[in-house]
Amino acid sequence: MTAVADLTVATQGPRRKLGKGRVAAWLVLVIAALYFLIPIAASVEFSLRGVHDTHDLSTWENLFGQPGFLDNLITSLELAAGTVVITLVLMVPTTAWVHLRLPKLRRLIEAICVLPLVIPAVVLANGVLVAFRGGPNWLTGTPVILALEYVVLALPFTYRTLDAGLSSIPLTTLVEAGRNLGASWLTVLLRVVVPNLRTSILNASILSAAMVLGEFTIANLLLMNTLPVWTVQAGQQDGEVATAASMLILIVTWALLLLMSVFGQRGARRTGRSG
Amino acid sequence: MTATIEPSTEAKPGSPVRLAGLRRGYGQVTALDGLDLDIAPGELVSLLGPSGCGKTTALRIVAGLEHSDAGAVFVDGRDITKVPANKRDMAMVFQSYSLFPNLTAGENVAFGLRLRGVSPAQRSKRAGELLELVGLNQHYDRYATQMSGGQQQRVALARALAIEPKVLLLDEPLSALDAKVRVQLRDEIRGLQQRLGITTLFVTHDQEEALSMSDRVAVMNAGRLEQCASPDEVYTRPATPFVAAFVGAMNRIPGIASGAEVEILGQRLTVTQPPEVSAGAKVTALVRPESVLLTPAVAGTVRVARSSFRGPVTRVTVELADGTEVDSDLPSPAAVDLRPGTLADIRFAPEPVMVIS
Amino acid sequence: MAELKFRNRRRLDLLGLLPFLAYVAVFLGVPTISVVVGAFQDDAGGWTLSNIGAAAGDPYLHAFVVSTEISALTAVVGAIVGLAIAFAVSASPPGGVLRQVVSTASGVLAYFAGVPLAFAFIAAIGSQGLVTKWLGAVGLDISGFSLFGFAGITLVYLYFQIPLMVLVIFPALEGLRPQWQEAASNLGASRWQYWRLVGGPLLLPPFLGALMLLFANAFAAYATAAALTNGIIPLVPIQIAAVMSGNVAVGQENLGNALGLGMILIVGLALAGYAWMQRRTSRWLR
Repeated sequence: MTAVADLTVATQGPRRKLGKGRVAAWLVLVIAALYFLIPIAASVEFSLRGVHDTHDLSTWENLFGQPGFLDNLITSLELAAGTVVITLVLMVPTTAWVHLRLPKLRRLIEAICVLPLVIPAVVLANGVLVAFRGGPNWLTGTPVILALEYVVLALPFTYRTLDAGLSSIPLTTLVEAGRNLGASWLTVLLRVVVPNLRTSILNASILSAAMVLGEFTIANLLLMNTLPVWTVQAGQQDGEVATAASMLILIVTWALLLLMSVFGQRGARRTGRSG
Repeated sequence: MTATIEPSTEAKPGSPVRLAGLRRGYGQVTALDGLDLDIAPGELVSLLGPSGCGKTTALRIVAGLEHSDAGAVFVDGRDITKVPANKRDMAMVFQSYSLFPNLTAGENVAFGLRLRGVSPAQRSKRAGELLELVGLNQHYDRYATQMSGGQQQRVALARALAIEPKVLLLDEPLSALDAKVRVQLRDEIRGLQQRLGITTLFVTHDQEEALSMSDRVAVMNAGRLEQCASPDEVYTRPATPFVAAFVGAMNRIPGIASGAEVEILGQRLTVTQPPEVSAGAKVTALVRPESVLLTPAVAGTVRVARSSFRGPVTRVTVELADGTEVDSDLPSPAAVDLRPGTLADIRFAPEPVMVIS
Repeated sequence: MAELKFRNRRRLDLLGLLPFLAYVAVFLGVPTISVVVGAFQDDAGGWTLSNIGAAAGDPYLHAFVVSTEISALTAVVGAIVGLAIAFAVSASPPGGVLRQVVSTASGVLAYFAGVPLAFAFIAAIGSQGLVTKWLGAVGLDISGFSLFGFAGITLVYLYFQIPLMVLVIFPALEGLRPQWQEAASNLGASRWQYWRLVGGPLLLPPFLGALMLLFANAFAAYATAAALTNGIIPLVPIQIAAVMSGNVAVGQENLGNALGLGMILIVGLALAGYAWMQRRTSRWLR
């Protein structure tokens, strides 16, 4: 998962023309479009298959009734919420603090936050198993450990988002103003910093939640019951159910991303900035 | 620059260039509306005008980087309109990002020669000579990012000259540079161009640049050529109000038309081109600041609003009775007593003035 | 006096970083170090190199080879196709439909990898898949094509490799100033000559960097392969998972650590290469 680049912003004036390569370019794009669209279309079709070559919504209608589906869905949603909360509580004050008092350490913190990309999720899961094996059950036997590790997995994206947001507001001025008026640090954080970071906080939350909903590797290896894990298990019996479930995950993720861009634009219009 | 020109640069007679009826539109916008221009061999003609006037479009059409909707370009009498850009034997210097970043200065200059199959030894020698011509022979192994803007443009110029082009095209090459570097480079480019006798087309929006460098200035506006004449003529005998206002500063003074004359502030002056209005109609006279003469007077008719010392010349701005501001450029010693708030008499030099209705 | 206060203030400031550092140390540092250290330990807790030795032998060596082959193949194919797509988009009008579509698509497809991707391909070209049926109707029998083999995995992995390449190489393409091609053209260069002498050399570092990123990305991928093959294909991540779930002999846990160490080294090396290439690119790409 990488940050989305905005390909629509032109960075310069007159562009290169394609000329004779035009045909080749269009051929590439058409084949690529087919390659990317067919699996999606196939998923939709697969999930709509009824008995004897008919198509109906039976799989979808019965989805929520499938044994374990609802429980795992709730677990995944709780995990998403938990990860978001822990991330915000940990990273918003930290990032703000770095910007405020330790600006020279920004690059170091950024390097630390990139580390999770270097450690493959498999290895991290392995390490968690090895390191925390002796831990208390409430920590290692329940999805709590998942949420704690998901915070780490999401660090590269959440830090960058919050960092960018903080760079675009006059943090020092705002905080000093607040402190001058007698506010405590907590008040300054909650009432000065956070409101100004609304868009970044929303983006970071949505990115984390989207990641959590689809995360399979660590959940599977730590033998936890989340929706993606359930989906793969279900897939061993009933491919149509599994396909529908995985599509549901996707739809929710895309809806969250859509929310992010809608709110992002709304916020920018209100404050006159792109936060 | 004190380097001599190497014998390999034989004094090639410059190539005449002719633009005939060039037209170019982008959707609703007309960039060029029938441009006709003749450039004599070895001449430096500036295309001068505000942004959007079509000067860059015209240049790029000559270079072959854009096509025209109608019209033709002739070089040496040959119609090159359909010739692809890389076969036109022209060279262009851009406003910015001129140099190839992955090549050293020397390699940049030698680029055109390399394409023409010149041996490595020969082309590095030639590149060295040209870099010395622009005063940068120490920079042979430097990259673009290691040079200042002015140095980069010099290298770009050397690179253009290396292929001994028929026409040299300069697209606002000095606009991105600091003022001081700009002036210095301006003289160097002009000096080189004259010595080598290369026909040159120079696009700029800076009229001072155009006036100081060119053999002729082609003033453009909204895709049309307003006037093409020597700098002196464009300045003192502007053909249209646009040229008059664009080239050099111009005051607009309300007056009354009266046949072949106009009366402004009690003074009658002949008119360059009588406007089509009846006698007694209100018109506006265009007068240059250096043609406005002020003398301090206790019972003066105008009041000094501000005064701006500019070294040898001081610009004094006075306010007329009706509130119009008029600029006057006076030799500084004569402006000493014209401090803000003092009253003065105003007179105009007895020359013909341009009048618009 | 002021200096002392300043230094104390500095220490106090660093304290504010403590929660974050502690968290990362515990939940990232400890697991990682456990793996690295565990790779060199035997069952009794003593030091040994036998795990490394075992990891470098069959069948695990085979897994490393297959992982490397698949990662390299998907990296190269993904890089070439991604470059072609990015090129086509770069040459399209700014603000046009194509850019918007590709931009949205790349962002959206990035979340596709893993479970949804596996089932999408099963739905498409699995034994009951849509495309399988279509081709069967036209007389082409691809039921012999195993989605769970080398070719199948490659095909599936490309689905997230290509968008990644487009995202990574696009800024570099856009950073190629049109003035350079125009100047080259002016000086007499054909398009091919421009690309050979200027464009190509400029694009090489970011291209190589992207290749390494794609390699690392594929090597580290687990979810897609796991969901697709249920652990049948010999890839290093799958092997680690097998060891973790005790599917191999008991007491092999440190072997899993050794495999993990190997993964960290390979992925880390590739990413370091990517980072190095990025730095070289930023010299001219501004």
